[in-house]
Parts: sequence; structure tokens; C-alpha cells
Amino acid sequence: MGKIVAVTGNEAVAESLRQVNPDVCAAYPITPATDLMQRFSSFISDGKVDTEMVLVESEHSAMSACIGAAAAGGRVATATSSQGLALMWEMLFIAAGDRLPIIMPVVNRALSAPLNIHGDHSDTMGARDSGWIQLYSETAQEAYDNAIQAFRIGEHPDIRLPVMVCMDGFIVSHSIERVEYLEDSEVKNFVGEYRQVNPLLDIDHPKSYGPLILTDLYHEYKRAQHEVMTKVKNVVLEVASDFEKLSGRKYGLFETYRLEDAEIAIVILSSAAGTTKDVVDRYRDKGIKAGLLKPRMFRPFPYEDVAAALRHLKAIAVLDRADSFGGYGPLFSEICGAVMSMDTKPPMINRIYGLGGRDYMPDQAEKVFDELIGIAETGKVGAIKEYIGLRE
Amino acid sequence: MEKTIEIRWHGRGGQGTVTAAKVLADACLSGGRHVQAFPEYGPERAGAPLRAYNRVSDHIIRMYCPVLHPNVICIADATLIDGINVTEGARDDSIFVVNTSHDPKEIREKLNAKPGQKIFTVDATTIALECIGRALPNAPMLGAVSRATGIVSMDVLLENVEKSFGKKFSRKIIDGNLEATKRGYEEVKEG
Repeated sequence: MGKIVAVTGNEAVAESLRQVNPDVCAAYPITPATDLMQRFSSFISDGKVDTEMVLVESEHSAMSACIGAAAAGGRVATATSSQGLALMWEMLFIAAGDRLPIIMPVVNRALSAPLNIHGDHSDTMGARDSGWIQLYSETAQEAYDNAIQAFRIGEHPDIRLPVMVCMDGFIVSHSIERVEYLEDSEVKNFVGEYRQVNPLLDIDHPKSYGPLILTDLYHEYKRAQHEVMTKVKNVVLEVASDFEKLSGRKYGLFETYRLEDAEIAIVILSSAAGTTKDVVDRYRDKGIKAGLLKPRMFRPFPYEDVAAALRHLKAIAVLDRADSFGGYGPLFSEICGAVMSMDTKPPMINRIYGLGGRDYMPDQAEKVFDELIGIAETGKVGAIKEYIGLRE
Repeated sequence: MEKTIEIRWHGRGGQGTVTAAKVLADACLSGGRHVQAFPEYGPERAGAPLRAYNRVSDHIIRMYCPVLHPNVICIADATLIDGINVTEGARDDSIFVVNTSHDPKEIREKLNAKPGQKIFTVDATTIALECIGRALPNAPMLGAVSRATGIVSMDVLLENVEKSFGKKFSRKIIDGNLEATKRGYEEVKEG
């Protein structure tokens, strides 16, 4: 077994990258980037990894360099956050469209304006349609574990897609907590050797990436991209099963907490799920059948599996730490998509919380559960979308 | 002991309060415990009031939000008592550890502490000046917290002070901090 340490989420994920030892890493170190990449670049300076670090002039260039390196045949990683991810946006679609398994931890932080660098999910939710696989992490341990698994998932020969590993800005990225590291050799064996299927540097077999495809085949190409995404679920579960054998830690497409016999439940991503679990326990102690579902894999979204897990509920609240102005929160929209297949649809509400790092306190979850109790009794929903934790 | 011990630190930017919370988290890992250490992030300015938090538990810690009802309140700079409400959310049996040259009874009066609340004082700034030559009260504060709460033994704490300061500083500074930690432990007063 590896060692147990007290580290920040950023330290833990930087450590996972050191253990994986990717070939190339391109980054642009400026706020709102975090110390994740700074810590990893120290490993490079100290000769602890063989990674070639490409320091570029913007996040757009960082992703461009990653795309080039991945197409050339390298195992590639980078990390970003907030505006940095927003600036990468154009290149994200190219990484996915070219089937390049770039692994990118993302520290979830708010987008400007107004200027704010605190934790919310606006950045990665804005990238949800870019064709990247997205895994969300509740704790520093999960961020570390997900980052290691991401290499196996993204680089799987059937998949070959880029992966974002998301953790909450400050709340997890900059906070110290207990993390169990795997041994270097265990991580090395787990991720294995990476062989690019179509490396540009194989000059005996020339290839082109990103050619012009007009109305003749673009439509089919995009459908093929969706087809690949349908295979991701099984690979994620297979990798999770191998990871459990190695670490003893269990992962799935989502996590449920006291949901099996629950009557009301909150669906929520990342660190806020932890706080909510403690509130679930308090409500259970009062005899109220409360539960929780925390999605781990947001892209592709496991609609059928989530629907099966939520089917028996009398009322559901979906809490979003990102907004779609003039629309519902992104997680709520997905849960609606899941619930659509049910014959009897449970009433649902969408509550927006924690934007720009506003603390998500236990009393916010309590108020939501109290509202759900009323909805479960009467079947009546007031406002579908509302904001919670607002200053009065 | 409660199953989870929650600690709130009050300090000023540049006093090493956040480092103290980090060292305490490291030290409390011993015995298979779970820990958290996190500051409240704002504009970071030297001298500005700041808060940091610890949670220490035998069980997995799932709560990801500031501590509302601390078991222990550490005040690294007594001038903060005049400016902000350091007793906010305190429990009836909370432990206060205050860096001050004043007597614990005076501080008890000033804080208007409840009978069940315990007040500990330590002149951490003077100890730091004597041991390190700088007014960085975090090491003696850690020693005082160790004595006042029993949350971690001195041996384990000293090991972690050495480990934490050893990364950045010379032997002289490390030894000064170890001495300051010990003196904080020995000189803390209850009242």
C-alpha cells in the first residue's frame, strides 16, 4: 500500500500526473490556472518525470500543443481552470473530433464577468458538448483516483477520447485533506504503456488529422463520434473494477447514498455531495427517508442507469452549481432527460447554489429536503427553478 | 471527545496562521485519523484578518464548508478580539487559545466567555521573537493548542513542525520553531 498524506486536491492530482509520467504537457501558467501545474512543473525541473513541458503563450495554445503532441503519438496531459478552459474552447472540439486522448484535470472555477476565481461548475458545463468525457470528483482522493483512471479510459483503443477530471476550485483544489496514494509501480502498471493507433510520427504510414469534410460526410463523422461515446460507459466500469482491485476504492457511473429505500432525494455534483450526505443522515435520524445521487460521469451521461436509480422517488431536487441564464441548470436538464423514460415521473425542482464560491452550507440542503417533503406529500411543485443561499 | 473536532483559527495575513492549520492537519493524520485544513480565501493582504479551519475525525469527513460551531477557537492575534466577533458560533464548552501577554482571566472577561468555555493564553509573539527573532506566533500557538486540547501529542507535533519548516528554512530557523513550539506548550496558562 502507498502512503497516507494530508495534501490539497491540487497536490494530489499533480502527484497522480507524476506517477503516470506523461510524455508531453503544455501549459500556460497564469491565474486562474492553479498551482496544480506549478507543482507538476516542479517535478519536471527536479527530474522526477521525463515529461517534456511546453510553455506556451495562452491556454488556446496549450490545448493546440497538446493536440499536436497527442496526434504525434505521445501520452499527453495538461490542466486548466475557469477562463483558461474558456479560451481553450475552440481547440477542445478539435481534440475530441480528432480522437486524441488528452487527459486534463480541471479545477472548477467561475467565469467572468464579474471577475471571480472561486469554485463553481460554469467552466466545465460550458464545455459539456465538446466531445470530451467528463468525470466529477467529490474529494481530493476522488480527483486523484479519477485522474489515474482517466488515462485508462481515454486511451482505451475503443475510445480514444480526451477526458476532463473535474474538482471543485478552492473547496477541494486548495484545501488539505487525507489522501491515500498508490505506489508509483502500481500506477505505472495500472495505466500501462500507451500506443497511439495513428501516430503522425509513423512516417512510413502517413496520415492526416482534421481534414476538410464538407456536406458529404461531416454528418456521418459526428454520428460516429456519438457512437464512440456510447461505448464509454462499459470502459469506465471496467476500469473502475480494475481500480477497485488495486485500491479497494469503488467507483461507478454515479454514487448513491441511502437512495435505495429513499422517498425524496437530492441530485448534486462534487464536493457539495459530501455536505449533503451528512444532512441525509440527520434526516434519516428523524425518520425521513432522504437519499442522494451524485453523478461521477457527466459526459457521456448515463440516462438509463440514473433513471433506474431514481425511479422509486416521490420528489427529486437537482442542485446545480452552474447556470443557464434563461434556462434550467445543466444537471437538471440531464436528470429531466433521464426521468423522461419513466412511466410515472416524479415531481422535480431545480435549485441553483454556490455560484462563484458561495458556501454551500448544511442548512441549504435542509431547506431543500424540507421543500421536497412537502412536494412528496402534495405532488405540487411551486417554482421549478430557484436560487438558494442568496443573501437576504 | 466529540467524534469530529472542529477548529477555527483567527489571524492576520502574514502571521503564518494558515501554515499552522496545515501543520496541525499533518500532525493529526497520526493514528489513522481523517483531517481537513482550509483557509477562507479572499484578497490576500498582509495584516488583514483571516480565518482558517481544521476538522479532525476518526471517521471520514464529508462536510465541505466552513466550520460554524467550532470546538476550538485559536486567536493568533489578540487585537482581532476588538475588531471582529471571534466568539461567533462558539459552543458552550468551546476552548479558546489566545496569543496575548494578558492574563487568562482578563481575556475571559473581554470575551465575555461562558462558564463552560475554557480560556487558554500564551504569549506566543514574545516566545516567537525570542526563539525565531520574528513575530510569527504560529509555532508557539501550535504548542499551546496541543496542550489545551490534547488533539495531538507533542512528539508528533514536533516531528511535523520539523517536516513542514524543514522544506523551506535553515537549521537555525527550524530549531527556533521547535523551541518555540515546546515553549508554547509549557507556558500556556488556563484561567
